[in-house]
Amino acid sequence: MNAPFLQIRDLEVAYGRICAVRGISLEIAEGEIVTLIGANGAGKTTILRAISGMVPYTGSIVFGGMDLHGVPAHRRVALGIAHVPEGRGIFSNLTVAENLSLATWGRRDRLGIKADLARVHALFPRLAERAPQMAGTLSGGEQQMLSVGRALMSRSKLLLLDEPSMGLSPILVRDIFRVLREINATGTTILLVEQNAHLALQLAGRAWVLQNGRVELTGPAAALAGDPRVREAYLGG
Amino acid sequence: MTYLLQQLLNGLQLGSIYALIALGYTMVYGILQMINFAHGDLFMVGAFALFVAASVLGLPFVPSLLLAMIATAAIGVLIERLAYRPLRSAPRVSAIITALGVGLFLENLVNALSPYPKHVPTLLSNHSWVLAGVTISSIQIWIIVLAGILVLGLDLLVHRTKVGMAMRAISWDRTTAPLMGVPVNAVISLTFGIGAALGAAAGVFYALAYPIIDPYMGVMVGWKAFISAVVGGIGSIRGAVLGGLILGAVEILVAAFLPSTGRDLVAFALLLVLLVLRPHGILGRPRPVKA
Ligand SMILES: Nc1ncnc2c1ncn2[C@@H]1O[C@H](COP(=O)(O)OP(=O)(O)OP(=O)(O)O)[C@@H](O)[C@H]1O
Ligand SMILES: [Mg+2]
Repeated sequence: MNAPFLQIRDLEVAYGRICAVRGISLEIAEGEIVTLIGANGAGKTTILRAISGMVPYTGSIVFGGMDLHGVPAHRRVALGIAHVPEGRGIFSNLTVAENLSLATWGRRDRLGIKADLARVHALFPRLAERAPQMAGTLSGGEQQMLSVGRALMSRSKLLLLDEPSMGLSPILVRDIFRVLREINATGTTILLVEQNAHLALQLAGRAWVLQNGRVELTGPAAALAGDPRVREAYLGG
Repeated sequence: MTYLLQQLLNGLQLGSIYALIALGYTMVYGILQMINFAHGDLFMVGAFALFVAASVLGLPFVPSLLLAMIATAAIGVLIERLAYRPLRSAPRVSAIITALGVGLFLENLVNALSPYPKHVPTLLSNHSWVLAGVTISSIQIWIIVLAGILVLGLDLLVHRTKVGMAMRAISWDRTTAPLMGVPVNAVISLTFGIGAALGAAAGVFYALAYPIIDPYMGVMVGWKAFISAVVGGIGSIRGAVLGGLILGAVEILVAAFLPSTGRDLVAFALLLVLLVLRPHGILGRPRPVKA
């Protein structure tokens, strides 16, 4: 039997004495889009941070058959995990082009990098126009494009996205979600954290609903979207 | 007029040395927002490493310079690894006190190994030429040209390479940089290594011009270089160079035209006045607030 693409077992994360994630297990197959939804403080961001290696955790995270325990964050990027962090994490003191270029750290395939840059520019033409500009001068939506574009530059196999729709106009949100679908069609597995549960459940195949660091519900996204408990708590009735 | 030109040339020589040291302060501040108060002592270590290379090992100038830079870089990296890294998320005052302690440790270590001042052997034949009434020596040319090359090289590294990009990214947001695949600790080590190597080069140049070296030579020069970095705008590479050149020129001119006891007074007064007028230094910018 094939090992699952991403397998999380009994994940626990604490910040000091605050337990943010209390024993979560989940599996994701290659090529899936999976979403994590839940109220503020449910532990969604923390799970993504554990996967990308930004916080210490107990339990196991196995990616592509390899236990990530003790693998530092920057090596996980090389293994194929890209993380678009909450609040974008743009380097404001670098240009747009430099932000994109930095994400190819460790890659030596010049042609591949060039092709990926062309792809990002095709997905987000605005980033091509703004290439020499300091990233801090971009609008919020443009910074979000840059943050997603940057994650694409690392040629990841698994894309972790933390609230990519935050602060964006409905049109931009639609654009970003269209891009996510395209990225997924090229073979990238996506783990999406979203406040906009409507959209997330439309895009994803499966979903997890978290509460207080635990899994509340899980199942096919379409089924959860029809579940009265989810409708009431996350979809506004 | 020629007297003024002569003094400006001498100021350029001293300023180049300050600039090289100031770069180390500014690079470490840029990446960690920390003042490495042991940095002036790395300048001294560089001068002593030159002494060992030239006098004990009998190497000629260029290999001695390289050896001094490499050895001091290794010490700089080691200091960061052992003394500063464990304190990286501690309150800033702890890191500052540690840095002061590391500086005292280096001074006393060298003092224990070499209780008497040392005389660095003559490594370069010293010619001088008179151009339009201004005397210029071959040592002056070596110092100014080599310092210029090192400064340009560093500027290219920081602004034109991926490593430099990573340094700037870490300076902005150290927690997000690893998500780009950047090995943050390795880049920080490299930053300390380069800063220490530049400080060592300054120590070597200083010892060429003033060949008697002692374990405390880095104290006052270190303060002056620190002032240079602050005057230029700490965190700014070009600011450190500008600040170093300004301080070198001011000091030499004060010594030339005023009682020489006023030299350091003017340097420190310059710092105080400038900090009132431009708290972020000449080329420094107030750090924009992170979104
Ligand atoms: N750095 C931190 N230090 C202390 N506690 C933290 C830290 N980060 C998160 N927490 C706590 O951990 C819990 C989970 O936080 P997390 O950011 O994972 O929630 P979230 O589901 O992403 O919420 P949101 O939807 O508001 O982004 C919260 O109670 C939060 O207060
Ligand atoms: Mg969150």
